[in-house]
Amino acid sequence: MSVRWKGLLGLAVLLAVLPWLLPNTYVLDVVNRIGINAIAVIGLNLVMGYAGQVSLGHAGFFGLGAYASAILTSRYGWPPLVAMGAGMAGTGLLAFAVARPILRLKGHYLAMATLGLGIIVSIVITNESAWTGGPDGMPVDALAVAGVAPSGEFQWYWLIATCLWVAAWLAGNLVDSPVGRALRALHGSEAAAQSVGVDIARYKARVFTISAVFASFAGSLFAHYVGFITPQVASFLHSIELVTMVVVGGMASVYGSVFGAALLTTLPQLLAEFEGWEMVVFGALLILVMVLLPRGLVPTVLRRWRGA
Amino acid sequence: MAEFLQFLFSGLTSGSIYALAALGFAIIYNASGVINFAQGEFIMLGGMVSVFLTASGFPLPLAVLGAVLVAVVAGVLIDKAAIEPARDAEVVTLIIITIGASILIQGLVQVIFGKGQHALKPFSGDTPLVIGGASLLPQSLWVMAVSVLVVAGLWGFFNRTRFGKAMLAASYNRLGAQLVGIDTRRVWLVAFALSGALGAIAGALAAPITMTSYDAGLMLGLKGFVAATLGGLGSGVGAVAGGLVLGLAEAMTAGYVSSAYKDAVPFVLILLVLFFLPRGLFGSRAVDRV
Repeated sequence: MSVRWKGLLGLAVLLAVLPWLLPNTYVLDVVNRIGINAIAVIGLNLVMGYAGQVSLGHAGFFGLGAYASAILTSRYGWPPLVAMGAGMAGTGLLAFAVARPILRLKGHYLAMATLGLGIIVSIVITNESAWTGGPDGMPVDALAVAGVAPSGEFQWYWLIATCLWVAAWLAGNLVDSPVGRALRALHGSEAAAQSVGVDIARYKARVFTISAVFASFAGSLFAHYVGFITPQVASFLHSIELVTMVVVGGMASVYGSVFGAALLTTLPQLLAEFEGWEMVVFGALLILVMVLLPRGLVPTVLRRWRGA
Repeated sequence: MAEFLQFLFSGLTSGSIYALAALGFAIIYNASGVINFAQGEFIMLGGMVSVFLTASGFPLPLAVLGAVLVAVVAGVLIDKAAIEPARDAEVVTLIIITIGASILIQGLVQVIFGKGQHALKPFSGDTPLVIGGASLLPQSLWVMAVSVLVVAGLWGFFNRTRFGKAMLAASYNRLGAQLVGIDTRRVWLVAFALSGALGAIAGALAAPITMTSYDAGLMLGLKGFVAATLGGLGSGVGAVAGGLVLGLAEAMTAGYVSSAYKDAVPFVLILLVLFFLPRGLFGSRAVDRV
């Protein structure tokens, strides 16, 4: 069995036994949020870890998915799955349209452009209150398919766990495909990749679009799961959270993404006990991890373990 | 005409603040190649510390001086504790480190001063001057005048002093600068201290006009980054021009188009500029060397 299938099998086993080990529904709720974030982070890691392109605006795509689901189901009566699909298609189109001019940029200019894109989305969502409810947010209908909707943390857990596993499988497929090899090549050196015939602009645009669709899907899932969304889902700070999950977990590592999402979703819950000091502790931990383990946790640990 | 003048005044005022913020980004970027996302927190510290020092009885000049000192110490600490140990890390890692510093500073200010919004008393009253039918707050004059002085001072520092020239040399070629005996670690340190001071001055100047709170630095910092990028990262002239263009574009949009979308203007502008000029208005037309 290849390393990849071992990883996917391990993830499946973990996801299957996890809910039986959890003490109460509060923890299960946190785990569900981790799963949703992890889907978006796996997508973002394709862009950042494999293609080596920074995106500081992914919460914009997450927010587009969330609001597409919320608006199309509650204001226009669309079936939730169709609304979700429309959100993913629309977000993918937007990402594809801006991908070429944006991904032509490098380093900090790329960071600036993606950051700007995300902020524009969040400002539009905040301002167009006739559709979005403005800064106060809006309720979202249940994720009903043929009259049946998941209810309760436990049912949602199985749905989210399945989606997460499929997302990890899809991402692994992409990484192992010719597209994945092309991405790693252009991450190593764009000039070298181009000189051996890799159409770098096309591959970058493609992976950026795919990762935007992942984020949109996670956003839709989040909207239905929580049942109420505010422009916070598309905010700059949420973009930063997603990027931090990728980097802390480990770039170019699907399981690093899951681990990063788990760590950074749980941390604020644990820090809530510090009453006011949570931001201080969070900021300090962020600096510490990045200074001590610039590669991220999972790759560093794996490297030690394999004795390299 | 009076209306246009009014928008012009308000645009120049906020443009001056953005220019100072952008200069802070440019100085650190030139010295170290780092985009310091905590730049906005220096601005916030300038406002908040000034507010609380004047409230506890210090005269305004001393309060502003105190705020500048606090921001300089913050800058030095960020450099020594977080940036220097990770100086060879990737761009994203450095971005997250400075964001961590930014969250840390916000958290500390929130713990010490609370979550409320505060305004500093205007430096010389709030009776507006009327020029051509438009009113101009004395505080706006303070903002513009001090900004001009600061820019002139920086120009002198980088072009007329030995250490300023050394900093410029280090920004062109770090290794080359080290070979001729320039201590690049000191260059980094001074860059962070200087940006801290610049940010705090901008924050104290703006606090009577815009109010300030522990989370006021985020948007100001992001707009400073936009202004710095607009002019071309690392260009001093570009940063000042970028800041003024941004302030004017924002004020004109708020006045003639829609005030709700005022905050979106910088980001739309920067996307358009980057689509056509990938290195900003004044950036060098660099090519990849393989």
